[in-house]
Amino acid sequence: MQKDIKRLSLILLFMPFALWIVVLIALPHVGMVILSLQEKIAPRVYQYSLHNYIEFVNEPIYWNTLLRTGSISLLVTVLALLIGFPVAYYIAKIAGFRTRNGLFLLCLIPLWVSDLIRAFGWILLLRETGIVSGLLQWTGILGSPMEFLYNDAAVIVGLVYTVILFMIVPLVSTIDGMDNSMIEAGYNLGGNGFTVLRKIIIPYAMPGIVAGCIVVFMLTAGSYLTPILLGGKNSSWFTEQIYDQFITRYNWESGAAFGFLLLAFTSLVVWLGLKLSGQSLSSTVAKS
Amino acid sequence: MINQNKDRAFLWVYRTYVAAFFVFLAGPLLAAGMFAFNDSLFPALPWQGFTLDWFFNDTEPKLGMFHDRRLLRGLYYSAIIATSVSALSVFVGTCNAFLFVRGSFPAKDFFYILMILPLVIPGVILGISILVFASNIASALENNFGMELEFLRPGILLVVLGQFAFVTTITSLVITARLKKFDEEMEEAAFNLGASRARVLRTITLPFLSPALIASAIVAFLVSFENFNTTLFLVGSEAPLTITMYDRMVKVGSTPVLNAVSFFLMVGSGLLALLSVVVQSDKAKSKA
Repeated sequence: MQKDIKRLSLILLFMPFALWIVVLIALPHVGMVILSLQEKIAPRVYQYSLHNYIEFVNEPIYWNTLLRTGSISLLVTVLALLIGFPVAYYIAKIAGFRTRNGLFLLCLIPLWVSDLIRAFGWILLLRETGIVSGLLQWTGILGSPMEFLYNDAAVIVGLVYTVILFMIVPLVSTIDGMDNSMIEAGYNLGGNGFTVLRKIIIPYAMPGIVAGCIVVFMLTAGSYLTPILLGGKNSSWFTEQIYDQFITRYNWESGAAFGFLLLAFTSLVVWLGLKLSGQSLSSTVAKS
Repeated sequence: MINQNKDRAFLWVYRTYVAAFFVFLAGPLLAAGMFAFNDSLFPALPWQGFTLDWFFNDTEPKLGMFHDRRLLRGLYYSAIIATSVSALSVFVGTCNAFLFVRGSFPAKDFFYILMILPLVIPGVILGISILVFASNIASALENNFGMELEFLRPGILLVVLGQFAFVTTITSLVITARLKKFDEEMEEAAFNLGASRARVLRTITLPFLSPALIASAIVAFLVSFENFNTTLFLVGSEAPLTITMYDRMVKVGSTPVLNAVSFFLMVGSGLLALLSVVVQSDKAKSKA
């Protein structure tokens, strides 16, 4: 009797989970892959073929865009880690108790400000009539207005800006759990600052580093607004290609193929990252 | 002595770096916010004096955001969507938490990974896969049974489902973390005192979970409100605010009314984020 009730409640609890994963995640992705394998041979007539993927391979613009998106995303991830780690370490270990809470709060409060507003802020700062150009003219460094938007540097700065808090927050949580005596022991055993960082702090912070890197990489590779608004027409971002195929050209088959390629590419990078660092999804992303 | 000076110099440089980081963090947000109060038709310097027209003025050319019908409608749809996503995802997240903390069933680790997965799927891909899936069902029903199911076409329902698909991972993780800390002996004690299952859930377990429930509801609301990538592919005629803003930015260019909306959203999301942090930290104190 008791056992039956337990079983029943387990099944009841499993239902929403199964519905969510099957209907909203699994089936749509299967459907997307099937669609990507179809070729239109006449109006309303389709046949299975690799046509959409072959087109991707044959058209350098497409795979160049994917490679570009991937490499810029990796660069942004590395930059976010390099810039964010010292800030996270300061918040978790150097700052006094009060400052620490205050600074962490300063990271948490703007966490959910939309990409759109962030990009808009950068536009107002960097464009020809913007604040940076104005300030530089006022100080006499620039003779005439200068455009800082619509180049790769602007896109990279904007992307790092958009995602860096998603790097810092998990890092702070991980480093915060580290016992100070571990660091002291490292110094007492004769290690210098660099050795302690490399042998003690970084290994300890690894789950946080990997979690931050995964989330940041996925957010960057999948971002749409920041590259388009800050990079302009020629930003060549892969999500833009997907949008173009789906909405502008109404070529869903090819759009689905592009979507699958982006998913496969990002999953591969995340999988490699997990393998190389010896972590798993549940030990990293789930903890942050 | 020399060493101490070196340390002090290092700490000073380190502090400057952290301060510079927070200036970098605040810069674009300040730029986006401050021009909401500039008495000018363009969000650019020079400063023309303080005004609240971009919020409250009711005539063109300086139509304030609270008199701009389209923006208000966007705000209204965003609120409806975010509330639905928040309610749905907290409900399913709570079920998931009980499922994974209390339940024991085969392949649990595998299912747990499945639960985390939606968080690392790029939002654009989630959007197109759900769009394709819903359209397939709608077309199949239409062709075979002559049923016109409008709600399976891009519109509010699909936007809610698309956002719910990944927000649920966030709520599940937050609520799971809290439920893991629950001392099951408290429930045992209540059972021994003769309380029913439902009563124990209502008077002991759910109150314990409530900080996590509130915090995850707030985070779900915020994530939904700022979401762009998934929504972009699923949106119908009822466009939420981020889509309306983007549309305005692309078609009309940047106008200070967008600064007013940005300011409004930043203050709103900042306050809600603060609330979610406070709710969760209270629990820590009462536990200690």
